[in-house]
Amino acid sequence: MVTVIRRRLVSSVLLLLVVSLVSFLLISLLPGSPAVVILGPNASAAQYRALDHQLGLDRPLWSQYATWLGHAVHGDFGSSWVSGQPIGQELAQRLPVTLSLVLGATVLAAVLGVALGVQSAIRSRSARGAVDVISLAGAAIPGFWLGLLLVTAFAVAWPVLPATGYVAFAAGPLSWLRSLILPWVTLALGGSALIAKQTRDSLGEVLGRPFVRVYVANGLSTRSIVYRHALRNAAVPILTTVGVVFVGLLSGSVLVESVFALPGLGSAAVNATTSHDLPVIQAVAVWFTVLVVVVNLLIDLAYVRVNPRVRIS
Amino acid sequence: MRTVPRRPLAAAGACWLLLVTVVAVFAPWIAPYGSEDTDLGVALTGPGRAHPLGVDPLGRDELSRLIVGSRVTLAGVGIALAVFVVVGVAAGLVAGYLGGRTDRVLTRVLDLVLAIPAVLVLLAVLSLAPGGGLVPMLAFGVLSAPVSARVVRATSLQVREELYIAAARAFGLSAVQIVLRHVLRRVVNPTIVQAAIFAGTALIVQTGLAFLGFGPRPPAPSWGGSVQDASEVINRDPWLLYPCGLVIALTVLAFGLVGDGLRDASAGRWATERYLPSRSRRGAAAEPDAAAVLLSVRDLTVDAPVGPLIQDVSFDIAPGEALALVGESGCGKSITALATLGVLPAGLRRVSGTITVDGKDVTDPARLAAVRGRRIGYVCQEPMTALDPTFTVHAQLAEAVRHHRGVGRAEAGEIANTLLAQVRIPDPTAVAARYPHQLSGGLAQRACLALALAGDPALLIADEPTTALDVRVQAEILALLHTLRRDRGLAVLLITHDWGVVADQCDRAIVLYAGQIVETGPVEDLFRGPRHPYTQGLLAASRSLADPDAAPPRIGVAAPPLVTIPGVVPPPGHWPTGCRFADRCPHAAPACRAEPIELHRDGPLASRCVLSAPAPTTTR
Repeated sequence: MVTVIRRRLVSSVLLLLVVSLVSFLLISLLPGSPAVVILGPNASAAQYRALDHQLGLDRPLWSQYATWLGHAVHGDFGSSWVSGQPIGQELAQRLPVTLSLVLGATVLAAVLGVALGVQSAIRSRSARGAVDVISLAGAAIPGFWLGLLLVTAFAVAWPVLPATGYVAFAAGPLSWLRSLILPWVTLALGGSALIAKQTRDSLGEVLGRPFVRVYVANGLSTRSIVYRHALRNAAVPILTTVGVVFVGLLSGSVLVESVFALPGLGSAAVNATTSHDLPVIQAVAVWFTVLVVVVNLLIDLAYVRVNPRVRIS
Repeated sequence: MRTVPRRPLAAAGACWLLLVTVVAVFAPWIAPYGSEDTDLGVALTGPGRAHPLGVDPLGRDELSRLIVGSRVTLAGVGIALAVFVVVGVAAGLVAGYLGGRTDRVLTRVLDLVLAIPAVLVLLAVLSLAPGGGLVPMLAFGVLSAPVSARVVRATSLQVREELYIAAARAFGLSAVQIVLRHVLRRVVNPTIVQAAIFAGTALIVQTGLAFLGFGPRPPAPSWGGSVQDASEVINRDPWLLYPCGLVIALTVLAFGLVGDGLRDASAGRWATERYLPSRSRRGAAAEPDAAAVLLSVRDLTVDAPVGPLIQDVSFDIAPGEALALVGESGCGKSITALATLGVLPAGLRRVSGTITVDGKDVTDPARLAAVRGRRIGYVCQEPMTALDPTFTVHAQLAEAVRHHRGVGRAEAGEIANTLLAQVRIPDPTAVAARYPHQLSGGLAQRACLALALAGDPALLIADEPTTALDVRVQAEILALLHTLRRDRGLAVLLITHDWGVVADQCDRAIVLYAGQIVETGPVEDLFRGPRHPYTQGLLAASRSLADPDAAPPRIGVAAPPLVTIPGVVPPPGHWPTGCRFADRCPHAAPACRAEPIELHRDGPLASRCVLSAPAPTTTR
């Protein structure tokens, strides 16, 4: 089991390295010159050269990457092209916001999705149809629009929750919770639809397996068969979907943070896009990849827990 | 696509997409106002006759803005979709068809591309290519292409292994020709499904970027831009939020419905058998039945959509008795067992029959559930798949013991170990700690027996318990069954087609043919003088296997020796009116086919054959 984890850890670090390189190169190879973007089209050639030199863009790519990576592993992502402030510190303050938002929404989506999926797998055909409708709607409603609808309902028409803004957990857990409820629901709905569908399909498949028939025929309780045995056997694809949903919600958080004015990584990236502040976007990309890698690692560990075959071999 | 009209939701989705596309194409001619014409006098006036969807904060007609905005929105989706399909299919075909190292490298690359946070790449693209345009959606298509590539790769890997491809290769077709002619055709369906699902995502991304202000330059309209405009005035007038959001949601929904419809049409219905009993209310009160019978089944009939699977099957089992259920595959042996336990696969239904255990009517599902495990245990044919692979043997046994006997955790563990010892597992504690996949077939079947005994049942229903095992292990399991019967006084309903097992283990036997009991009686009498030609055939076949010189049993006149029975069991839904065996019977006469044959008792045996029935002249 330890070797399994070690192997996954090594491959995760490799993945992170490659992804950082790829996103670095992608961004460096994009059409358009940062100097032109920052200075506008009317500056002199000397001014462009001076800025390129100041930003280190006149050095070879590999050297740019090496310097950038060397600093990045220490959490130093350089300075903003716009404000000149160090990016690492700025993002470190924003990380807890995005983490609270996305992890909370993933948990909510998983709980909701699994509950819905189980009901749909074990109930009658009509209940299954209802779940289908809910999942279709959940997948079809864009998060940013749902967020606005929730704001009109629960912050404008019936003002029980704050429309925008974020309160740090340390500043007051209840206020923190209240500031996140609408963003969580907004993000979670689409993800829960996906998880519900996967839960229904894999649980349905497991419920058709011979061992379930043997269990039923030998009089074990339906509750135990569904929740303890079948759900555990169906868990691997469901966990995979939860991982996929996490990645999707991370992307979705960029929009949802804008809707609810949450000062997270995503809104930093959006602001940076408007002001052509490329290093900030780069740094957020690396942070996002780190989060994805960490969550995938956690999900791998969960696989090992539910699947004895992985644990032993 | 002939199947689409039968799926109203998918058809509705397709209609909506068609409508939106037509509107986008003819937008300038359809829109009632110029999409950028402002009339501040009517700003935010809400829906009315002049402006059916209201007016935005700058006094522009919302309907016109949505109509014209559909162009840039759908163009973005179209670009992303085209790239997604072309890049994905190309990469998937190359990886899947070439296989080997190319496949490994490409798969790695595809995984990496998927791991790149797409939204941030889009933002990076936008930060360097201001003014929006279609470049970000093109990038989104590339970044998502691995999704379609994976599906195409999996399909073409599978196609590659099929015979006709090998034949094509043998005919000297080049790889490119084979891919274009054969493989591409097979990946079309899964790709269309993926594309429909992706189109919905692309639409959300396109509108999302426009919502963030990275769409077309204002005042040019787009759907996402309309949501942004509306969001700025939600405190004053939430109305504007609805038209633009609904249009987006409906279009995404339409893509999803079409995708689902296409997938269902190409994959067939999701139809897994499910064994969970349906919930039902308890039925009539138990009828007292004084007989010393453990299990009594009366007139059991099970229907499937194709027709009945078993009809009017009745039998009794006394405590400690062993009853064999014999017949070829497809005669209804397993269905009889499952219906007796009330665990029929989904789609099958018991339409009549009563089941009595210990003299109490337990036909009602809730009562039958209470009997399962405690009075009747069940062992199936495939021990390797009969246990939950995610729990140790001990955990599964202990759970069943706790559930049935209501004992504590520690005591249940003890009993579980005792059970494992009783099924003659060498080193029970070591085996108990193992997972099912770590067991041999013989050990797994012993563990299954232990599980079936967890509730201390009086009857064991064993459905071909030795068929999947090798010969030596078969003998061991049979010996174990014998011991359990002797030591625990266990009654057994044994499903088998092995007459040797019947002779060794059983007191009485039932012969099933095409869903009916055709003969039943004590095993000794059945062996000595079977009345029904089917039983004779089965016995002769079994004897000719065991001992080629043995004379086949005969009936009345000299019959030709039946070593194998020609023909096959008629499938459910194709049963003849008269004797169901007539088509394969060497003695068949016109009378056999005239009308249903009754089960006639003749001495110790009862059989369903006109030859064994009393002649019509002697009946009164």
